Amino acid sequence: MTPFKNSKMKNFSKIFFLLTVVLVQTGYAQAQQPEMADVMRSNGKIYVVVGIILIVLIGLFTYLFTLDRKIGKLENKLNIKK
Amino acid sequence: MRLGIYSSRIFGEANPFAVKGLWWKLLGVVILLFVFTGGLLFDVPRLDIVNETIRGLYFHVPMWFTMILLFIVSTIYSIKYLRSASPDHDRVAVEFAHAGVCFGLLGIFTGMLWANYAWGTPWHGDPKQNGSAITTLVYLAYFVLRGSLSNKEQSAKLSAVYNIFAFAAMIPLIFIIPRMTDSMHPGNGGNPAFNMYDLDNGMKAIFYPAVIGWMLIGTWIATLRVRTKKINDTIQELEDEKLQ
Repeated sequence: MTPFKNSKMKNFSKIFFLLTVVLVQTGYAQAQQPEMADVMRSNGKIYVVVGIILIVLIGLFTYLFTLDRKIGKLENKLNIKK
Repeated sequence: MRLGIYSSRIFGEANPFAVKGLWWKLLGVVILLFVFTGGLLFDVPRLDIVNETIRGLYFHVPMWFTMILLFIVSTIYSIKYLRSASPDHDRVAVEFAHAGVCFGLLGIFTGMLWANYAWGTPWHGDPKQNGSAITTLVYLAYFVLRGSLSNKEQSAKLSAVYNIFAFAAMIPLIFIIPRMTDSMHPGNGGNPAFNMYDLDNGMKAIFYPAVIGWMLIGTWIATLRVRTKKINDTIQELEDEKLQ
């Protein structure tokens, strides 16, 4: 075997070892608690707050856009050029 | 606007994105959505007393940056008005000052809430707090002056001169006096400046976009006010023509 192939083999065994560790650990964790979509419930549910704030913001900005359009229509009616 | 064409395919007649200068308005919106998400979730330095309120930096300080930008634009257009006597310039000056005061009040109120938990009282008598309150009053006097004169040109000319003085008064009140005396604000009266936070690149990555995003949204709101005033003035002129 060339040294190159040898190092490749070493890498492979390393990855294999890591994979085994990860698989065993996740298996262990699953045995303790069923895995669910927990992102929205983690960190004291802060992600829910972020969601609420983003909804408010998106709503306000959409409102600004519609206001902008309304003013634009009025400008067209009065033949105002910017 | 090409973006407007794409959105009109989805929304049809009621397309809310068929607006002037769509790209920078959308940019401001996207930046602020990022700022509010990152500002609440990303890691911040763990410091005593301030704790999580350090995140207030992302939302409190940009109010002041936006106010200053709007006041700068207002002052420039007041100078322009004195040179041109064009009502277009006067409209920009007054409405940018108006939006600037709005952001200043938001800055004062957010600062009071923050001060209540970081310094112990909402109104600490901090030189920067007092300075910003006086600045707000100085600008409110600008609107009082405008409204007190019935002659439109006279009102525009006098208030343009006053507006330049108001801006000149703001500089020492907010930037110079708090640095000369003992202020609780970071970067004043011997306190460590922003560098305490600035060293933290994670905070810079949200704080700078926050400033730019709020400046864009503030400018957008101010231009909406300018256009509304222009519509109002045009209608007034049409009515005056009818009477003659």
